[in-house]
Amino acid sequence: MATKIVMPQLGESVTEGTIARWLVSPGTRVNKYDPLCEVSTDKVNAEVPSTVAGTVTELVAQEGDTVAVGDLICYIETEGGKDAVADAVLDADNNKVEQAATPATTEVQPVAAGEDQGNRPQLMQVDRSQKARYSPAVLHLAQKHQLDLTQIAGTGRGGRITRKDVLRVIEQGGTTATPVQTNIGTQEQKTTPSAAQTAQPVIMAVQGERVNETGKIGNIPVYPGDQVLPVSAVRRTIAERMVQSKHEAPHAWTMVEADVTPLVNYRNKMKDEFYRKEGIKLTFLPFFVKAVVEALKQYPMLNSVWAGDKIIIRKDINISLAVATDDALYVPVIKQADRLSIKGLAEAIEELAVKTRENRLSLDDMQGGTFTVNNTGSFGSIQSMPIINYPQAAILSVEAITKKPVVIDDMIAIRSMVNLCLSLDHRVLDGLICGRFLQAVKENLTRMGQDINLY
Amino acid sequence: MAVISYIDAVTMALREEMQRDKNVFVLGEDVGVRGGVFRATNGLIEEFGEERVIDTPLAESAIAGVAVGAAAYGMRPVAEIQFADFIMPAVNQIVSEAAKFRYRSNNDWHCPLVVRAPYGGGVHGALYHSQSVEAMFNSVPGLKIVAPSTPYDVKGLLKAAIRDDDPVLFFEHKRCYRLIKGEVPEEDYTIPIGKADVKKEGSDITVISYGLMLHYALQAAEELEKEGISAHVLDLRTLYPLDKEAIVEAAVKTGKVLIIHEDNKEGGIGGEVSAIIAEECLFELDAPIRRLCGPDIPAMPYSPPLEKFFMLNPEKIKAAMKDLAEF
Repeated sequence: MATKIVMPQLGESVTEGTIARWLVSPGTRVNKYDPLCEVSTDKVNAEVPSTVAGTVTELVAQEGDTVAVGDLICYIETEGGKDAVADAVLDADNNKVEQAATPATTEVQPVAAGEDQGNRPQLMQVDRSQKARYSPAVLHLAQKHQLDLTQIAGTGRGGRITRKDVLRVIEQGGTTATPVQTNIGTQEQKTTPSAAQTAQPVIMAVQGERVNETGKIGNIPVYPGDQVLPVSAVRRTIAERMVQSKHEAPHAWTMVEADVTPLVNYRNKMKDEFYRKEGIKLTFLPFFVKAVVEALKQYPMLNSVWAGDKIIIRKDINISLAVATDDALYVPVIKQADRLSIKGLAEAIEELAVKTRENRLSLDDMQGGTFTVNNTGSFGSIQSMPIINYPQAAILSVEAITKKPVVIDDMIAIRSMVNLCLSLDHRVLDGLICGRFLQAVKENLTRMGQDINLY
Repeated sequence: MAVISYIDAVTMALREEMQRDKNVFVLGEDVGVRGGVFRATNGLIEEFGEERVIDTPLAESAIAGVAVGAAAYGMRPVAEIQFADFIMPAVNQIVSEAAKFRYRSNNDWHCPLVVRAPYGGGVHGALYHSQSVEAMFNSVPGLKIVAPSTPYDVKGLLKAAIRDDDPVLFFEHKRCYRLIKGEVPEEDYTIPIGKADVKKEGSDITVISYGLMLHYALQAAEELEKEGISAHVLDLRTLYPLDKEAIVEAAVKTGKVLIIHEDNKEGGIGGEVSAIIAEECLFELDAPIRRLCGPDIPAMPYSPPLEKFFMLNPEKIKAAMKDLAEF
């Protein structure tokens, strides 16, 4: 095995040496410490000793060459055949100390969902622990330009907002978007039609490129003043999933209307005490999820998946909740929702809502859903045709609770009514079973308020 | 312009100053016949004679004391302390006499003396030939401490030091002597003492350093550039008094500051630089000020693996720079 002989450190401050004369030639046998060559530097003239015993095979540096300390001068074939480079290198003054790599950073990365997952855009687990740790520079700039730091995405370690992040926002016009609104748990305001209209309009702070001339993007004409937005990775994933679901699953749609007056009364009676005891708001959503879960136990076909030549009925009931932010849609999952009480569901929903708002959803939070509940009522919708959360078999949207005159026992009464809309994959399900399922949900809801235990 | 080594720039500045002003003379151990152990005074005795290139006994207090006296008399002595490690016996002369001459005499006397001393490690010099001693002098008003990193700065600053009317400690990094080469104009020029220099412009992090570490930082910065990290590199050049304006300007530029020196961390120059930044521009900072320095252990070890552990190198510096950039 050939050993590399390098230029040794010949004295303090010496960084290179000139080969004055070789004392060996290829084929010469040398013992350890035998002189190999004479080297002159501007400080000293010295002989370079061999660091190993063996036979010189090749002189790399020629007489007269100036060689930096640590650079190769010749090869010696050692008898033992063992590689002695380490020994030789040790003598040289090199700075090639291996330094452990700096810790890898995690980044937000939308990943495509697998077959059995939530099948909506998902976020990798991201460290956001430093999101609210503001440096003096960041605070100073935020105050000066009146920026809401909670609305700025941080690119630093742990999601920290760096000075550069803030400067970028200032450069782009210096305003931050209005707070992200999630539609989880906000339906408590929607008991009257007027309340539904009180929601603040969300001004989207989109930063698009403004078009100056008439032209075309693909086949689509654009006109002066139009804004052209890049499609984010999350947006693209949403688009692909929606197309896939609509394309593969033949959607059918049905709707029932439920009288939830007792539930509204019960919830209004309980909400203050619940908040005091549990620290979270008691919204209508956990009641609706509970009613759906109970109905799914009765009709497990709705808790299933079309798998080509098979239909898979899921054992666990994992409820996906559609949660919209200003610019994206997420479907975090309440795992094993059939084991949770109303209080347990309320807590699970609150946790997912907070995580979504703070952009902390993990991959695990997003996968394993078997049926989706969509709280469209939170933004005042009274009827919707949701797209199925592929590959699930059905999706139910809960519309706004509105007071309506209805006929009971041939008398007109004012009741709190809600529409429940169901989109179903007609490959798996038919109208009959879905109708029965919706009836079950409806009965569960009607019963609530008289006969319910929050815990 | 010729490309010459760091140590040749020292010799060039000495020669030109001795030619320019007959009051300039050098003294020290082996500076004459031997031409200096590092060859910094090579050829000077032949050109200027033994009255202006004086070989002294091995007594640093005497070297400094003679220089103080000669300076007071109107000469311009350039005393060489063979290794900065050996400066300790001369500290009394430098700190208590030279530094206070002007103040003590109410401006009647002054002490235009230069003490040159090679410092720093990484050359297998072990305990007595590797020390960085600059921090010991950086709280002595009346002294100036210069520690250049490039041949260009060496020539300009050594000339400025010799022409300065007060005592200047001129620290030369001994590993830079033959490692660092650069363009140096043949004509006469000086660089003002007390002025730092931006060696590289950048926008992500600010690195403040001097001496050999500055070169390592520049190497690391070059590699990081490929990874999309842009470092702003400030060379202090003068360690006392510090160039506050330049330090603050460099710190504000990126808001993320890494101070690097080979000298021990605690009590080092970096602490003072850090304090200036904290006092002057806290609200511009985007990260805690960081220092990457030699470990706080008594001396540079002789064992090569231990010396490597002790010394900073471009890899260690790159890791620290990257870490700060990602903060």
